[in-house]
Amino acid sequence: MESSGTQPSRHQQDHPISLYLKIWGLLFVLSTMSYMVDYFHFHGYLRWSLILLFMLLKAGLIIAVFMHMAWERLALVYAILVPPLCLLVLMGLMVTEADYTQATRLLFFR
Amino acid sequence: MATPATPTTPSPHVPPGTVVPVAGWSGMVKDWSSDREAFAVPWSKAMMWIFLVSDTFVFSCFLIGYMTVRTATVVPWPNASLVFSLNIGGAEVPLLLIALMTFVLISSSGTMAMAVHCANRGDRVNAATLMFVTAVMGEIFVGMQAFEWSKLILHEGIRPWGNPIGAPQFGSSFFMITGFHGLHVTAGVITLLTVAIRMMRGRYEGSGYRIVEVVGLYWHFVDLVWVFIFALFYLW
Repeated sequence: MESSGTQPSRHQQDHPISLYLKIWGLLFVLSTMSYMVDYFHFHGYLRWSLILLFMLLKAGLIIAVFMHMAWERLALVYAILVPPLCLLVLMGLMVTEADYTQATRLLFFR
Repeated sequence: MATPATPTTPSPHVPPGTVVPVAGWSGMVKDWSSDREAFAVPWSKAMMWIFLVSDTFVFSCFLIGYMTVRTATVVPWPNASLVFSLNIGGAEVPLLLIALMTFVLISSSGTMAMAVHCANRGDRVNAATLMFVTAVMGEIFVGMQAFEWSKLILHEGIRPWGNPIGAPQFGSSFFMITGFHGLHVTAGVITLLTVAIRMMRGRYEGSGYRIVEVVGLYWHFVDLVWVFIFALFYLW
């Protein structure tokens, strides 16, 4: 609401520039660490869980600080973050489907 | 949520009809149930967020589709670590090009965040300069991507319908996902340059520099998508 009277408008608030520099550095460190996962040839579940961990940490930092979501009102935050959860259903469906397709291919095309 | 405590009842000097924001869950219920605009942000920002949510679905469908074909294929998947390596002084450094692209895009996100910071303070020159820097880094990213594409198409013989190094689905998902992301970066560069030039010409002096934050949201989203592509396509 732009007419929030004497209240400071929440989208205009200021954060010290050092905060952005810190997050920037942290994103560099996390990217290097995920690159290291490949460089040191980690395999299997260790590789996948490390990749996902660094990915989610980086995504969280970008959304929360760079995109200012940590300072938005909950009405907006949940309107943005909840709908994509539907994608988890699609992911579940596709995991089952892909496994089934592969099993069928192994059975008939090998 | 780091929300400062705000009064739940309007203080006497607030004109009637003014909505005083309330923090936390009760604030969320009030925002949604008070028979007024639910989002306490400018429309341009709310609409950009809604566009980004829809774009999230587009990219997620690409990535989920890619994971589906990768899981389902019985032909070995090409080793991305070797496909995207660079030859430095006779030694193959795995994934080096992709790592460089990642660092360039993250840096551009950092300069964009600082451009928004400057715009919020009314610092027109620094905000526009940082947006130019962001656009240049975005253009470097697109250039590296063009180099990567030409290397894969001309030297490795990778096509959307097949390739000599493994599963044909590798080419189709690679060109689809990185191509769509590259288009987003290109559109972002054009938008950033347009806004920065207009800003320097004084076009936003009347309406304020709010547009910088909206453009920034888009740019950070492009970086965010790359985080997922980097992890799920190149590193997986």
